[in-house]
Amino acid sequence: MRRGSFLALGLWAGFAFLYLPIIVLIVYSFNASRLVAVWGGWSVKWYGELLRDPQILGAASMSLQIAAISATVAVIIGGLAGYALSRFGRFRGRTGFSAMLTAPLVMPEVITGLSLLMLFVAMESLTGWPDGRGMTTVIIAHITFAAAYVAVVVRSRVAGLDMALEEAAMDLGARPLTVLRRITLPMLTPGLLSGWLLAFTLSLDDLVIASFVTGPGATTLPMLIFSKVRLGVSPDINALATLIVLVVAAGVLLSGWILLRAERRHARQVRAAFRREGAMGEG
Amino acid sequence: MKPSGNAGDADAATDSAGLATRGRTLGILIPTIWLLLFFAIPFLFVVKISLSEAAYSVPPVSDLLVWQDGWPVLQATWANFALVLTDSLYVQALYGALRIALIATALTLLIGYPMAYGIARAEPGMRSLLLLLVILPFWTSFLIRVYAWSTLLQDQGMINNALIWLGIVEEPVRMLNTEFAVLLGIVYSYLPFMILPLYATLERLDGTLLEASADLGARPFTTFWRVTLPLSLPGVAAGCLLVFIPAAGEFVIPELLGGPDTLMIGKILWQEFFNNRDWPVASALATILLLLLIGPILLLDRTQSKAESA
Repeated sequence: MRRGSFLALGLWAGFAFLYLPIIVLIVYSFNASRLVAVWGGWSVKWYGELLRDPQILGAASMSLQIAAISATVAVIIGGLAGYALSRFGRFRGRTGFSAMLTAPLVMPEVITGLSLLMLFVAMESLTGWPDGRGMTTVIIAHITFAAAYVAVVVRSRVAGLDMALEEAAMDLGARPLTVLRRITLPMLTPGLLSGWLLAFTLSLDDLVIASFVTGPGATTLPMLIFSKVRLGVSPDINALATLIVLVVAAGVLLSGWILLRAERRHARQVRAAFRREGAMGEG
Repeated sequence: MKPSGNAGDADAATDSAGLATRGRTLGILIPTIWLLLFFAIPFLFVVKISLSEAAYSVPPVSDLLVWQDGWPVLQATWANFALVLTDSLYVQALYGALRIALIATALTLLIGYPMAYGIARAEPGMRSLLLLLVILPFWTSFLIRVYAWSTLLQDQGMINNALIWLGIVEEPVRMLNTEFAVLLGIVYSYLPFMILPLYATLERLDGTLLEASADLGARPFTTFWRVTLPLSLPGVAAGCLLVFIPAAGEFVIPELLGGPDTLMIGKILWQEFFNNRDWPVASALATILLLLLIGPILLLDRTQSKAESA
C-alpha cells in the first residue's frame, strides 16, 4: 500500500513537471503587462496583435503548407516501409533497411540538416536541381525524417493486425489489388491517419533542419519564433504558443476519438461477419 | 467454394502471385531509394566538405578535385579534423555534450522509471489516459516548451518569485543560462521517449512472477531489484538510447537555456556554420559526432529488432 501511494505521488509529480510550463504559458498569454514578472490583469491584446502581424501570418501559412505536403508524402513512403518491416519477413538488405529507418529518429538534427544541405548544394552544381533552396528543399527534408516516424507507427499497427482476414480474402480468390483496397488499407487507415498527424506536427515544429536547408523567402513559423525568442521575451509569442498548443491538443483528442470509434465499428463488423459465417455453417 | 483447378484459375493465380511480388519489391524499393538519396548519401558529402578548405566563394569551400595539366589532383586536407581534435573549444564542446547528455539520460531514467511503472500498474482503463497525458506534450511544439522554461527560470521568473515568497531564498537564484537549466530542458523534452519504451516492457511483465517472488518471502524492494528491473532492461536500454543520442547533438536547448559557458557540440556546429560560415569545420564536427553516435544508433536498432521478434 505504501508503495502504491509512493508510485502515485511520483506519477502526479511527473505530470505536474510535464504540464507546468504549458499552463504558465497559457495563463501569461492573457497577461496585459509586457513584463513576464508583472501581472497586469487579464487581456487578449496579444492575440489581436498576433492576428495583425503579416510576418507571423505569412510564416504560419508557409509552415502549414510544408507540413501538409510533407506529411502526405511521408505517409506513403513511411507506410510502405513500416508495412514491409512488419510483413515481408526476412528480405535481402533488411538490416540496412531497418537501420536507415531507425537512424533518422534519433540523429541529431544539426547533422541531418547540414548533410542534406551539402547534398542539395552538390546536386545543384552537378545537375542544376534544386534551383536554389526554399520550400521544396524543406519539404524534402521533412518527408525524410517524418517518414521514419510514420514507419514506426504503421509498423506497430500492422504487427497488431489479424493476418487471417487477408489470407481468407486471398483464399476466396480475391486479387492482390482487391485485398489491398478492400481489406489491408481499411485496416491500416487508423495507423496511417495517426502517422499523418504525427508527421504534420513534427514538420510544423522543426526549427533546426529547416534552418539549414531553407533559402531566402522561405521563413517557417519555428524560424520566426526562434528569432523573436532570441531577442528576448515577447508576449505575442505566448499567445501564438497557446494557439498552437490548443489546436494540436484538440486535433490529437479529436483524432483519438475518431480512431477509437472506427476501431470499435470495425471490431463489431468482424464479429458480426464471423457470427453470420457460423450461422451458415450450422444451417 | 472449392478450387475448380482449370487453366484459367491457374493463370490468374500466377498473375496474382506476380503482382504480389512486384508490389513487395516496390514496397521495399521506394523507401530504400528515398532514404539512400536523402538520408544516407548526404553523409558522404559532409565527409567530402570536411576534407576541403574554406574559401571565399559560393559555396564557401574549395574544390576537392582540381585539374592540373589535364590531370585530376586530389586536394584533400586533414587540417579541419586536426583543428577540431586539438583546439580546446571543440574538444570541450564534444566532451561537454557527451557529459551533459549522459547525466541528463540518467536523470530522465530516474524520473521516467517510476512514472512508467506507475502507469503500467494503474487500472487498465486508466492506462491509456495516463499514456495520452505523457504523449500529449510531445505533440505540442518542442521549441515553445523550451521557451516556456526560459521564462520560468528567469531571475524575475515564476520559480524565483515563488522561492522568495516562500522565504526559501532571499535573492533570486540564477538558474537560466546555467548547466542546470540545460539538464532540466533535456530531461523535460525527452521524458516521453524514456517512458514509452519502459512502459512497453513493464506492461508486458508477467504479474505472476511478482506474486511468486512475494510468496517466496521476498520484500518488495528485493522483488523489484531481482525480478522487475532485470526483466525491464530492454526498455531501459531503448529509452536511454532514445534520449542520449539526440541529446548529445542538441542545439535548441543549450541555445535557449544554456549560458556562454555551457559548451555543447550542436551549438558550436551551428555557430561555425551560420555565424562563421565555416562549412569545412562544421562538417568535420558533424563527421566526428556521427562517428561517436553510430555505435549507439546501431545498438538502438538492434534492441528494437530484438524487442519485435520476442
